Amino acid sequence: MPRPRVCVLRAPGTNCDVETAFAFERVGADAERVHLFRLLEQPERLKGFQILCIPGGFSYGDDVGAGVIFGSQLRGRLGEAIHEYLQADKLALGICNGFQVLMKAGILPGGSSAWPPSGGCPEATLTWNDNGRYTARWVHLETAGSSSMFLRGIDSIELPIAHGEGKVVPRDADVLQAWSDNQQIALCYSQPVTQELATAGARRTRAELTTTLGWPHNPNGSTANIAGLCDPTGRVLGLMPHPERFQFATQHPQWTRRGLSGPDEGAGLKLFRNAVEYFG
Amino acid sequence: MLWEVEIRPVGVDRDGLRVLQQCRDFGAQSISAVKTARSFLIEGDLDQAAITRVASGLLTDAVVETAEIRDLARKDDRAGATLNVLFKPGVTDNVAESVKHALIAANHSVTAVRTCHKFWFPADAAKAEVERIATRVLANDAIQQVVWGNLHLTTLAMGSDYTFQRIVLPLRAMDDAALMKTSREGQLSLTLAEMHTIQQHFQEQQRDPTDIELETIAQTWSEHCSHKTLRGRVRYRDEQREHTFNNLLKETIFAATVEIRNKLGADDWCVSVFEDNAGVVKFDDKQHVCFKVETHNHPSAIEPYGGANTGLGGVIRDPLGTGLGARPICNTDIFCFAPPDTAAASLPPGVLHPRAVMQGVVSGVRDYGNRMGIPTVNGSILFDKRYLGNPLVFCGNVAMIPVDKIQKAAQPGDYIVALGGRTGRDGIHGATFSSVELTHESEHLSGGAVQIGNAITEKMLMDVLLQARDLGLYTAVTDCGAGGFSSAVGEMGAETGAHVRLELAPLKYAGLSYTEIWISEAQERMVLSVSPQKWEEFHALCASEGVEATVLGEFTNTGRLELSYKGTPVGELSMHFLHEGRPPVVRDAFYLPPAHVQHPADPSLTADAILKKILGSLNVCSKEWVIRQYDHEVQAGSVVKPLVGVAEDGPSDAAVIRPDLTSQRGVVISCGMNPRFGDLDPYWMAASAIDEAVRNCVAVGADPARIAILDNFCWGYTDRPETLGSLVRAALACREIAIAFGTPFISGKDSLNNEFSYLDADEKKHTVAIPASLLISALGQMDDVRLAVTMDLKTAGNHLLLVGNTLEELGGSHYEFVTGASGGHVPQVDAEHAPKIFTAVHAAIRDGLVRASHDLSEGGLAAALAEMCFAGGLGAEVSLTDLSAQTSLSATALLFSESNTRFVLEVEPSKLDALRKIFNGLPLADLGTVTDSTRLRIVNGGQTEIEAEIAELKTAWQQPLAWE
Repeated sequence: MPRPRVCVLRAPGTNCDVETAFAFERVGADAERVHLFRLLEQPERLKGFQILCIPGGFSYGDDVGAGVIFGSQLRGRLGEAIHEYLQADKLALGICNGFQVLMKAGILPGGSSAWPPSGGCPEATLTWNDNGRYTARWVHLETAGSSSMFLRGIDSIELPIAHGEGKVVPRDADVLQAWSDNQQIALCYSQPVTQELATAGARRTRAELTTTLGWPHNPNGSTANIAGLCDPTGRVLGLMPHPERFQFATQHPQWTRRGLSGPDEGAGLKLFRNAVEYFG
Repeated sequence: MLWEVEIRPVGVDRDGLRVLQQCRDFGAQSISAVKTARSFLIEGDLDQAAITRVASGLLTDAVVETAEIRDLARKDDRAGATLNVLFKPGVTDNVAESVKHALIAANHSVTAVRTCHKFWFPADAAKAEVERIATRVLANDAIQQVVWGNLHLTTLAMGSDYTFQRIVLPLRAMDDAALMKTSREGQLSLTLAEMHTIQQHFQEQQRDPTDIELETIAQTWSEHCSHKTLRGRVRYRDEQREHTFNNLLKETIFAATVEIRNKLGADDWCVSVFEDNAGVVKFDDKQHVCFKVETHNHPSAIEPYGGANTGLGGVIRDPLGTGLGARPICNTDIFCFAPPDTAAASLPPGVLHPRAVMQGVVSGVRDYGNRMGIPTVNGSILFDKRYLGNPLVFCGNVAMIPVDKIQKAAQPGDYIVALGGRTGRDGIHGATFSSVELTHESEHLSGGAVQIGNAITEKMLMDVLLQARDLGLYTAVTDCGAGGFSSAVGEMGAETGAHVRLELAPLKYAGLSYTEIWISEAQERMVLSVSPQKWEEFHALCASEGVEATVLGEFTNTGRLELSYKGTPVGELSMHFLHEGRPPVVRDAFYLPPAHVQHPADPSLTADAILKKILGSLNVCSKEWVIRQYDHEVQAGSVVKPLVGVAEDGPSDAAVIRPDLTSQRGVVISCGMNPRFGDLDPYWMAASAIDEAVRNCVAVGADPARIAILDNFCWGYTDRPETLGSLVRAALACREIAIAFGTPFISGKDSLNNEFSYLDADEKKHTVAIPASLLISALGQMDDVRLAVTMDLKTAGNHLLLVGNTLEELGGSHYEFVTGASGGHVPQVDAEHAPKIFTAVHAAIRDGLVRASHDLSEGGLAAALAEMCFAGGLGAEVSLTDLSAQTSLSATALLFSESNTRFVLEVEPSKLDALRKIFNGLPLADLGTVTDSTRLRIVNGGQTEIEAEIAELKTAWQQPLAWE
């Protein structure tokens, strides 16, 4: 299998690029950490990659709003290159600040169908957590039957969040309905999977999953518990939780209780493997 | 054009609700609602259409916000109920800078941007309360200004042209009074003896000094930079002995390290100690590990957010400036505050409310550490009313450095290069300011010493610095900390000489004098030496990531520091005089044990109630509100987190992280501190702090043969012999215990004169000195992180064992604190036994015999068992009967004594024999078993001492700081 090439795109203030590139490398990709300034100088460089990943951090300090300035750069000088990239059969992943960048740029939730953005009020935003502050904790997540390539084979997963502005707010109810219809709701904050549900091999329905939960299960007050959104093609995914922070078993907060230190792989690595296998 | 873009939330106004809560916290009951907005003041060649595009396309989140645009030059006569809070000119405004750069990048013609926060209060709110909230809560006079009504401005331009004028001070002709006046009015903090030495030096030179020369000497000789008290001569006397130290630090702390290294011989694992900006020890074949902990107390007292923010930013630059630069892997922070429930009306003038101080400090550390992408993994918060007006903020950073990047030396001919942020008027006189006592006027006098950091600037600097290091593009590096360029260049060029052309420094704004450029403590700057051959490549690398690098001059072989401005020499000093010329400080130190005050405990309290009071005391209670605001997992090396257990909320003893993702080798970080013991005996306080730091480290799995420690002394006014005496006593314990434990000190720092003075209503002076506060930080290592152990109980049916000897040591304990008792014996350390116990605990963990382990500290055995139960969501059935028979101690002592070197271990029944074999002869007592009940029950003989629901214990522990 050829090793797909990953562009881990970093801007001033990006800080999860090293471990995110490391996760891609572990599952058989060639990951290159590319500075945004290099791409702004030569937008055509983007053509050489199959996976575009915008990792977590505080691009431009989150000044003005998380992901806003980085997002505006993608819309500006890189608009044409992004257009071409989204048209191709390639993948894009935004983690935490990367998700915020994809949203503020207008790449999500519409993907190629909505690019370039019209300039009116966007479909949705990521705004301040209900508690008004940066919050780091592990959450339970369930997939909601989306078309996302990254989440294939994943029903539920535990991952950490670490953000201040992670609350998904759609413009109106129609937008939310459209996401549901187009299978764009990729990942929802949930309660731990109950024993009964697990033994019955059953899953919560999308309606159950999107009935907004209280704190701490839904850590930021996100509408319909949404933790991740994909575009209608399933090739672009943005999520607030950090899969690269569960690429080793020992990153789990309860590994000493659950005997997880055996095979040194965390469940989050699956997202990266799915991306690589898409090109297999 | 000068525009204002005012952005208001649609729907819920979260900032408004937050401010309303603050109004209630501060007793402003008449304020029933608060509305807020953020606004941007933008000056440039933008027409209405352009500013509208900027407002909607960049500044406003249209889904949740709405914007209004105003021309600020037009007079606006609407009602004047708006409160505007703006940064004072020259204060770092990160958001404004980012907006300016983004607009310029998008081809807008913009000359200046400022941000503003706006607030509206209901008409029926009491005017006095609104004024108080405005000036005490919403704006801090040290950095912000308040404007009522609508803003009416014509320009944001600031700074003015600087007219060069070389200033010479007629020092040679001055009498003592004039010398001291010069020192005081120039905020130089130089003593008369030092002024005499300087005067004599210039008499020999047959000239008078320039202002910049005097400033350079003041910065270099400041307590903050030279630690003259602790490195000076001390005549010490206590109840047993008299001794004169020629160099207190050298003969106590350093001496311990020297002795340990000699003992280790060829196995010495220290690399660089007390030399560079951080201590360095061996980690593996490829990398060494560095650790540094600094304080930023005085700036944090005046502006908690900025003080803590730049405190962390500053300590991160220490490892970056160690060797040729180390890569930061985690932060630690320890804070000391007055209780957050202190009545607002009881505050002396000039003191910020401790709750506001705590919120500001936590936010400052959060915003810097999180943005840098460095996990904050360990810390502690201690409360004592004596920290009112003088909080303590300790920030630490651990970093990795390749084994071949330790050596550095600036070469004659190398360029002196400034890297990173620009120079402004910020932080002028920080080094000398942090060396003097705070007064209620400090807030006004010292505003210039307060700064706000820009973490992204430092992150960008770090990114290019580490790349340039690996490419071998420079020969030496150091950070710009206290004293700014003066200290950094002075230090780097100490062996060679240096010539600096001050007009070359890039400035934030015009108008700085040559002296201000030289001593500015603007943040996020490093100084490097770059050979002319490498300069082009170095400069190109920096430019490629948007980092400014500027040549300021060159290192020379003259042995002199030469300063010029636009070709005119403004200063020339011999490096020798600068670094060796300071007259030795000689101080007296005297220690007398405090009088023993015997007071019984409140007899109405049951052991149950005492346990809950201890768990709910501020020092012991959960710090989850703080911890969850810190990113503790970035870099993907997290192994043992600060919160552990079945609900991920139990108090971990130490943090374990894996700095190299391709290896299982781990770094372990912990700390120890207990000022309450210091009130009884600073010697045993220091011994206990070392023991606590080491046992926390060992509890999770660190190898006690590889633990390095750091000291941070924060003391009161050490010119007072009794204050210095208590410090000497603590230093003596540091020496004894470090040697006994084989734990070398590798770095340290002191912050003296931590006192706060104010005048009461009758103009009477009061002084509050902090308690003697010694922080010990420990840096441990473990071969395989997969053997780490956490403190939460794991499985019902497992055995619980107590390791270590319990003695009647309730002095300074939390038992005494919550029951009102006093007079107990302060916990001591058995220097002979303790290392053996640590070795045995480590062996048991390494052999996989331990399912949970927890150190015993505040609250003793009872508190440790309670924490283990609620962290694990399991009960325990414990009997003290045997222990009581063996020790003939009371149940109170067994439950609550805070004797050192003790652990509780959870062990599977099948592993008990193997464990006992390891502990052969060392104190190990059966306590009982883990149960799947919901209760912790502790019996003694026929008597039930404690029987409590785990959930109630947990609530008691979580409730005090469970802030919204």
